[in-house]
Amino acid sequence: MLAALLLFAAVMGVILFFASRVRGKRADNWVGYLYLLPVVLLLAVGLVYPGLRTVYESFFDAQGSSFIGVDNYKTILTDKDQLQVLGNTIIWVLLVPPFATGIGLIYAILVDKSRFESLAKALVFLPMAISMVAAGVIWKFVYEYRVDQPNVKQIGLLNQIFVWLGGKPVNLLITDGGVWHLNTLLLIVVFIWIQCGFAMTILSAAIKAIPDEIIEAARLDGVNPWSMFFKITLPSVRTTIVVVLTTLAIGTLKVFDVVRTMTGGNFKTSVIANEFYSQLIRADNQGLAAALAVVLFILVIPIIVYNIRQVRQEA
Amino acid sequence: MFGHSGSSRSRVALAGALSAGLIFSLAACGGDKSDDTSGSTDTSASGIDCAQFTQFGDLKGKTVSVYTGIVTPEDTPQKKSYEPFEKCTGVTIKYEGDKSFETQILVRAKAGNPPDLAYVPQPGLLQQLVATGKAVEAPKEVADNTDKWFGKDWKAYGTVDGKFYAAPLGANVKSLVWYSPKEFTEKGYTVPTTLDELKTLSDKIAATGSKPWCAGIGSGDATGWPVTDWVEDFMLRLNGVDAYDKWVKHETPFNSPEDIAAWDAVGSYLKNDKYVNGGLGDIKSIASTTFQDAGLQILEGTCSLHRQASFYAANFPKGTKIAEDGDIYAFYLPGKDASSKPVLGGGEFVLAFADRPEVKAFQYFLSTDTWANLKAKASSGWVSANKGLKIENLTNPIDALSAKILQDPNAQFRFDGSDQMPAAVGSNAFWKQATAWITGQDTQTTVNNIEAAWPKK
Repeated sequence: MLAALLLFAAVMGVILFFASRVRGKRADNWVGYLYLLPVVLLLAVGLVYPGLRTVYESFFDAQGSSFIGVDNYKTILTDKDQLQVLGNTIIWVLLVPPFATGIGLIYAILVDKSRFESLAKALVFLPMAISMVAAGVIWKFVYEYRVDQPNVKQIGLLNQIFVWLGGKPVNLLITDGGVWHLNTLLLIVVFIWIQCGFAMTILSAAIKAIPDEIIEAARLDGVNPWSMFFKITLPSVRTTIVVVLTTLAIGTLKVFDVVRTMTGGNFKTSVIANEFYSQLIRADNQGLAAALAVVLFILVIPIIVYNIRQVRQEA
Repeated sequence: MFGHSGSSRSRVALAGALSAGLIFSLAACGGDKSDDTSGSTDTSASGIDCAQFTQFGDLKGKTVSVYTGIVTPEDTPQKKSYEPFEKCTGVTIKYEGDKSFETQILVRAKAGNPPDLAYVPQPGLLQQLVATGKAVEAPKEVADNTDKWFGKDWKAYGTVDGKFYAAPLGANVKSLVWYSPKEFTEKGYTVPTTLDELKTLSDKIAATGSKPWCAGIGSGDATGWPVTDWVEDFMLRLNGVDAYDKWVKHETPFNSPEDIAAWDAVGSYLKNDKYVNGGLGDIKSIASTTFQDAGLQILEGTCSLHRQASFYAANFPKGTKIAEDGDIYAFYLPGKDASSKPVLGGGEFVLAFADRPEVKAFQYFLSTDTWANLKAKASSGWVSANKGLKIENLTNPIDALSAKILQDPNAQFRFDGSDQMPAAVGSNAFWKQATAWITGQDTQTTVNNIEAAWPKK
């Protein structure tokens, strides 16, 4: 600890010392580069090198000892279990961002300028303050199942409601339901529940940033609420929606805690990040884990590129 | 763009930053020293022979770090049993329990930040750790102790590539079936002594309209492992220890007829609608019930039998009388006939990552009968395969039963198979496929998938 702090102080000292010595025409620029140096170094050590190393390792076998070419990628694209993982991840990314953003947007508009706005917003924002693991545990109880027998009481909220309505309890988290992927959908609900608050907060801020003159002008022109939404609000917050959608998409691709806490990736609910963890830690298959990480990275790239382009166009 | 750094203001800022850093770091350093006041030199109170540690030299003021998956509340008797050693030698044992030990220890070893000692619960993991090159062979004193106090098979589990690394610590017996002695007396059931009798008993209970067995394999990320114990137990019983050893070492394929027979035998219990899942639901509910919860159904009276290891005793609520004439007790999961006595079990091994004298001394201490008996007196729900362990020192009836089973001359002990298989199988494919098997996958597909997951080499 002491050594690390001394090292930090020493490095900063050296940089500042050299910075104070720089003279000449382009001194300002040189000082700038000097200040950037530690950041660049840390990024290289902490991000670029591990990233490249991961790509490198993805071409090796489980122990990381012998080169096996693209076999790990072949496994991801052909193995039945791995395809299930990819498929689930796609379902997640297709469903979470639009639903979370949509619900967040509608909610933001509905509570905008209402009397209980801050309270209403706080309620939706609260799940954001709960860790995903805790959210997973909470919802696991909501989905909990007990057998339909005398003297056995349901402890899961959802199944209790089923029973009150005269239905039979369903073992929700292990029911895959064939093409419906019921359990995966139930996990997605949890993630949407967490992320709505984020979407709502950002979008609400964007809605509030719409200049009052525009809204007043529209009102004077006598637009109805629908036109107001589609012709004024939506276009005004379009960039924000893109940012929220893409941020959520990236977050969804990385989803791990919810799946791991609630099903551990069993019963056909695994996703890439969870599978990556299982392969690295449980199965001790470094190569396949690295390949999964690379796949995740590749999937994120287009979203980030799109995000940046949108923001640039706007600016 | 950037401020002119030659100005006096920035120099003042620099000096401030540097001194702030120094003060901060000095404060951090001071904090570390606070717990360094151990080492009472009073050896008379310890009650053990301190002379045995003199061979390791003067160890006063030294520290040994121990990293383990044994956490609250089981860590208290652990720490308590180290006190005599600490008093004798003046060594401080820095105990660190972590629920995710099994994953973190590998990370720590690979990253070059291992503890002095780790309690490794699986021979497979032990091999992985040795493969990192950071582990240290056990000192001769420990090897001698292991020869003296433990069976050959136990020593073999701590041996990798002919080199002896780790002496056994604790042990548990997995071949147990929990039941309610009260219920058995009331309804006139008798404890079965052969597999056939077990089946007859199950049918008898099922005939009363109740589901005899309750089972749960949920264990978070590790969901599925309880099935592996079932399969191993039946592998041992149906095919014998030699076939079991070959199976574990993958000398026979995972989808061999013997293996399929074992799965099917397990299936005749766990995938039998008439037998499961008392108080919990249909067959599939086994997958969603945590293993901790499943056996509690016996207390509810909704099921009568639950196969789980000796450590399951800790799961019953306080006040439950665990005894041969109490609310809960366990019987040995019988063999094919009354004469054969295969026992499936597990345990931890003490692996060192440092060869300092104080570490060796502590390893030595842990491998003695002295420690085993100290630990036995301090704890409940713990046994050791140490032959020097006196059964009368075990207060808990289940511990006594486990120790009796372990020390039985006819017992053919075998270590948990999945714990010895490569991680890709033992802690991944086997668990995953077993879970899929419970939720409906057929046996042939299941064993084929596990066979396919076996690392090729």
